[in-house]
Amino acid sequence: MTATLQSPRTPSRSRSARGVLLATLALGFGIPFLLFSAILVLSPLSKPELLGAVVQGLGRLLGAEWDPSGWSVTAQLALYGVSVAVLGFILLNFGAVVSGMTVWWEMRVSSRMQSRVGYNRVGAGGFFQWVADAVKLLFKEDLVPADADQILFRAAPYFVLVGFALTFVALPFGESLIAADLNVGIFYLVSVTALVVVGILLAGWSSNSKWALFGGMRSAAQVVSYEIPAGLAILVPVLMAGSLSMQEIIRQQGAWPWQWFVFTNPIGVLAFLVFFVSQLAEGNRTPFDLPEAESELVAGYLSEYSSFRFALYFLVEFGNLWVMAAVAVTLFLGGWQVPFAGPEVFAAARGPAGALPGLGWWGLQVVSMAIFSAKTLFVLNLIVWVRWTLPRIRVDQMMDLCWKYLVPGAFAAFVFTLLWQILVARVPRAALASGVVLTVVAAAVAVVFLRQTWRNIKLVAGDRVDLTNW
Amino acid sequence: MEKLILRRVDRSGEEMILNFGPQHPSTHGVINFIVETDGEVLKKAVPDVGYLHRSLEKIGEIVGYPGFMPFTDRVDYVAAMFANEGYAVAVERLLKLEVPPRAQWLRAVSCELTRIASHLISVGTMAMDIGAFTPMLHGVRERETINDLIEALCGSRLTYNYHRIGGVAFDMPEEWRDKVLRFLDHFDTFLQEFDRLISFNEIYIRRLANVAVITGEQAIDYGLVGPNLRASGVDWDLRRDMPYGAYPSFKFGVPVGKGFFGVSGDCFDRYYVRILEMAESSKIVRQALESMPDGETMAKVPRNIKPEPGEAISRIESARGEMAYYVVSDGTNKAYRVRVRAGSFTAMGIIEDISPGLMVADLVALIASLDVVAPEIDR
Repeated sequence: MTATLQSPRTPSRSRSARGVLLATLALGFGIPFLLFSAILVLSPLSKPELLGAVVQGLGRLLGAEWDPSGWSVTAQLALYGVSVAVLGFILLNFGAVVSGMTVWWEMRVSSRMQSRVGYNRVGAGGFFQWVADAVKLLFKEDLVPADADQILFRAAPYFVLVGFALTFVALPFGESLIAADLNVGIFYLVSVTALVVVGILLAGWSSNSKWALFGGMRSAAQVVSYEIPAGLAILVPVLMAGSLSMQEIIRQQGAWPWQWFVFTNPIGVLAFLVFFVSQLAEGNRTPFDLPEAESELVAGYLSEYSSFRFALYFLVEFGNLWVMAAVAVTLFLGGWQVPFAGPEVFAAARGPAGALPGLGWWGLQVVSMAIFSAKTLFVLNLIVWVRWTLPRIRVDQMMDLCWKYLVPGAFAAFVFTLLWQILVARVPRAALASGVVLTVVAAAVAVVFLRQTWRNIKLVAGDRVDLTNW
Repeated sequence: MEKLILRRVDRSGEEMILNFGPQHPSTHGVINFIVETDGEVLKKAVPDVGYLHRSLEKIGEIVGYPGFMPFTDRVDYVAAMFANEGYAVAVERLLKLEVPPRAQWLRAVSCELTRIASHLISVGTMAMDIGAFTPMLHGVRERETINDLIEALCGSRLTYNYHRIGGVAFDMPEEWRDKVLRFLDHFDTFLQEFDRLISFNEIYIRRLANVAVITGEQAIDYGLVGPNLRASGVDWDLRRDMPYGAYPSFKFGVPVGKGFFGVSGDCFDRYYVRILEMAESSKIVRQALESMPDGETMAKVPRNIKPEPGEAISRIESARGEMAYYVVSDGTNKAYRVRVRAGSFTAMGIIEDISPGLMVADLVALIASLDVVAPEIDR
């Protein structure tokens, strides 16, 4: 009996385990690598000024004389359309993959926090669980309740998905890596994310379920309320940069912490906190997960959804983490700024306009992309920690927090920033002084945090990291 | 039944009738609440119990005295040890049996370990209902160790069937005492960690303090028992005030709700009293293991139990408060009547009166703080 229960680790089993590990590592690094490189290559090259050079270069490779500037307007537009469509496709895939990997990361972090095993079945460390889940949901029955509003019920997930997908238009990845550097970038982002709440409200209403209705109404109240402090907090970096463009906001900051907007303005930290909390609320993340509060509303506005429509909501919910983090990094944490590489370094590496940039320039782009992604992942990880630590606040407390604390706080930050900018215009050193002081304070806080963490670990007789289940 | 409850609910205005259960993540079992809400604010929540009724009391009249013991596990499967003990004590009183001291001590140890396990589930699910998932799994992790310990003791992890009429089924195994003490050493630090993790979290306190206040008078009127009663400031614990078994030999405190962050009898008090009680249980287990007497673990019980005609009642302090078994014998080998009085049932009664004016999220907190276990309500 015991012999059958024990599964001996035969050599072939461990060989296959090694194979799984290698495959997971290859795909786990390969897919993001491919997507990042595609974004790296495509986003500058799909711009009109470089597209011509690219086509000329391709033509030279094939031994043909291609010069798009001589083509008809229709052909030029078609060429441009194709390149934009390819970039759009890549960005959508990036959103989906980032969403899936965020799920995996969140589940691994949460299982670690909760002393449980967590994902460990599909791929090494359960890395491909998100693929398995998505495939499973694809094959599930697509159920629409009989009494639901058929059209709205089916349409709702697309509002959510479109609201999410459109954000990638103005989301930066690196110095020149952005689909479209709109001059109203951050304003555009705030507007398109508002589409998500339309979808959630539609879902809550059309499901014809009381739980879903509760969730939809909560979500509407919450997201609409928190857009006000979020918008006001966004105005702080906008005032400091003097621009709404995402890239321009980053260019006005520097690579070092004391050059970031969060520190160069004494009230920047407050603005950042208001923005961060509001983003948590807009993304329906704990402690603001009231619209889908499991213990109260079953699943809130998601109660009646199944199959791929359900998967779309989850794709957006987790994909939004990247968007939230990336916007926070852009506005407050210096974006993609590379140390020791100001705009003149980039310009020198780029070479003459209209020609394909040199290799050094591409290298700088890779570095800026890596810095931006690393910062974004750090903020994303903060959001995950918050989710698995805090309980949920009540709906009236949620309103109190917004209208009694965040909105006045954001207004104060806004007015203070106006005065601060006048001061900085007279005394430019004020910004640097504030930056240095606040950076030192932040470093001290980080040290205290780490020491307290270490002490807590000691108190429970050591941290136990068990890697046997990976 | 449903119509009867609906009639008690006013349906004239813009209120919405909500069926909160029987399948709902935070009802902790199959309970239905018919909730009348005006937006997020409750007008009334009427509990509709009976979904888990299994006629356990009737079964007690059919299967004979020893045969009913495994069924008592199912009265309250989160803390089955107490249901065992209550029935055993009642039948022993009927038989006028003297239980050997070692069995009494083992009963106390196993019961207090079960109390810790049950309270861990209670405070963990409470945190989960408030929206924090992590504390619940930390609680379950510790409970797992208790399950292991009790499995080593009696071979069972959930439905123990450990207490028997006249004693306990098994003596404790070798080195069990050290294992328990090692666990308790760890558990005391765990409680501090748990407090840092969730109890003193600002959001958590604001969600629970001053919410769904039950005054001491109300608690007595509605027959609340155990931690729910003590949280309302009523200092009453059967282990101290009407001692049974080995409890007179132990020194322990009885935590009473004093309004730790709000007023006495709010949800936070009901939560925190349980945390404090776990620490006291840990002390009791330590004392019991230290002073464990030697000797038999089973009294001499006749093979065929036929008590004299008469009746007996046992009152014990279960994890959910006072649990009473009332057993009537007619002189045959089967009980004439078995009646179980359980804390969860009376706790359900107060929800209808406390609920008006609460929010939906507060109702969840109230249910969780009363620590009701569905099978114990219906039996």
